[in-house]
Amino acid sequence: MLTTVVEKLKSNFPNSILDVKEFRGEITIHVKKEDIVPVCTFLRDDTSCTFDYCSDICGADAYTAENRFEVIYNLYSIPLKQRIRLKVFVDESDLHCPSVTSVWPAAEWPERETYDMIGVYFDGNKDMRRMYMPEEFEYYPLRKDFPMMGIPDSIPLPRK
Amino acid sequence: MNVEQAMDIRQQRILAALENKNTSVQFDDALENEMILNMGPQHPATHGVLRLLIKLDGETVVACVPELGYLHRGYEKLAENCSYHEFIPHTDRLDYLSPLMNNTAYVLAVEKLIGIEAPKRAQYLRVIISELARISSHLLGVGALAMDVGALTVFTWAFREREKMYDIFELLTGARFTTSFTRVGGLAHDMTPEVRSAIQQFIDQLPEKFTEMINMLNTNRIFVERMDGVGVISKEQAVAIGLCGPNIRGVGIEHDLRRAEPYLVYNELDFNIPVFEGGDCLSRYYVRINEVKESIKIVRQCLEKIPNGPIHANEPKKVLPRKDRIYTKMEELIHDFMLINFGVNPPVGEVYHAVEGSKGELGFYIQSRGEGHPWRLKIRSPSFMNLQATPMLVEGGMISDIVAVLGSLDPVMGEADK
Repeated sequence: MLTTVVEKLKSNFPNSILDVKEFRGEITIHVKKEDIVPVCTFLRDDTSCTFDYCSDICGADAYTAENRFEVIYNLYSIPLKQRIRLKVFVDESDLHCPSVTSVWPAAEWPERETYDMIGVYFDGNKDMRRMYMPEEFEYYPLRKDFPMMGIPDSIPLPRK
Repeated sequence: MNVEQAMDIRQQRILAALENKNTSVQFDDALENEMILNMGPQHPATHGVLRLLIKLDGETVVACVPELGYLHRGYEKLAENCSYHEFIPHTDRLDYLSPLMNNTAYVLAVEKLIGIEAPKRAQYLRVIISELARISSHLLGVGALAMDVGALTVFTWAFREREKMYDIFELLTGARFTTSFTRVGGLAHDMTPEVRSAIQQFIDQLPEKFTEMINMLNTNRIFVERMDGVGVISKEQAVAIGLCGPNIRGVGIEHDLRRAEPYLVYNELDFNIPVFEGGDCLSRYYVRINEVKESIKIVRQCLEKIPNGPIHANEPKKVLPRKDRIYTKMEELIHDFMLINFGVNPPVGEVYHAVEGSKGELGFYIQSRGEGHPWRLKIRSPSFMNLQATPMLVEGGMISDIVAVLGSLDPVMGEADK
């Protein structure tokens, strides 16, 4: 069933699909950053895909010189009971990524969380504040160059 | 004049009045203003440290903005710095109302990544502990919901039953609360006949006590009227906003991962998925109480069907050996040393595995680079996604309905904040 999804995506977006990987029966599709919104809209609306449920969005720091950050979309289809994973690379020189809140409103908080943790800014998300950390915090804790013990004095103590 | 300026002027007037020791303060239009109310983070009805900023027009909620992060402990960062086994105790602290469920969900994801499977007995035991955790979580969810809308007795009755469960967990795992019971490829201990009879005894007496408890609520007019038609969400909205677990089944969508993507031995068991159409607080409550009944059914079947046999997969390089063998056998000592010091070293790759947790879809996404610790571990927490629907549910309603809505969503902040 998932192979038809991949075939359909490849025929409809020949230039946007960069790579398709399979591991433990799960399919990961690398999508060009600029085309993530049309691809997601297609996946939601096409009758043989119907990925109507945005299960999760998260970011990862690959810690490489090029394409350092990844944004990962775990999608689920409630009618067809299938899963797919999309992946977008975000380079350190341009930390912007199109938001998919117009496709799934559920993406709003996970995108905020990704911004808070990794520092990828989602264009089009209406409420791009930090999710967990204080607003004045200047670091992104899940980047690999952020030390595990934290940075002293990075969070101000309350005034007496 | 906007609201902020109005608040500033009020504050200045109050301060000035205090300095002059003049206790009378006058406002031009006290009834015309909108009020900003800060609910939480220290509020009993927010089930932890959730903070809601609420804009009120009289008693009607105009806007609601949830603020999270008061219990953020950075578990995803911690996971990147500890081995796959070392992270199991941390999963207890996510959804601290059903730690056994989190333990199971996490090791299932790791096992999928490594490519091993626990033996049948371990799988049945995992189903038993998951369903017991679900019962315990739903008992608290229903009890706390009743307490929030004013029925205190049910809460204490629910806690009486949970107390019995914690005694069983202590007998089974050695700890009441932070169980850390599962291991990659198996479980920490086997179920002794003593535990088996304790579970049997517990589920035999639970239906009667539970019926007694819910009869107090189902026939209570105040409770039903506080819940009926409150916090309504449509099917389309619920899917779009990512509701999960009992909350999405409360809008009439039969979405349960135990049936949709059967894991463990759920496809060998006979149970129903309770679905209610209303989409309001009462439907979500009905889903929960019916799920407790189904869970009792599942535990009963598992106790009948559970086979004898080992509880650890026969994968010496991936599964921790038993303690008594480490002290007596050279091979096991070497494997234990390697596993503790270098970890299980799964192949390079990424997996996402989700289970139907007590609050909804509890998933772990793991990226591995072939090392002993995950490169990236993302916790897909159901409470986080459920809380996202709060503004949608409370806006336009009364302020007193917020506690009913929050109680019916049943969030746990340990999980939502990670």
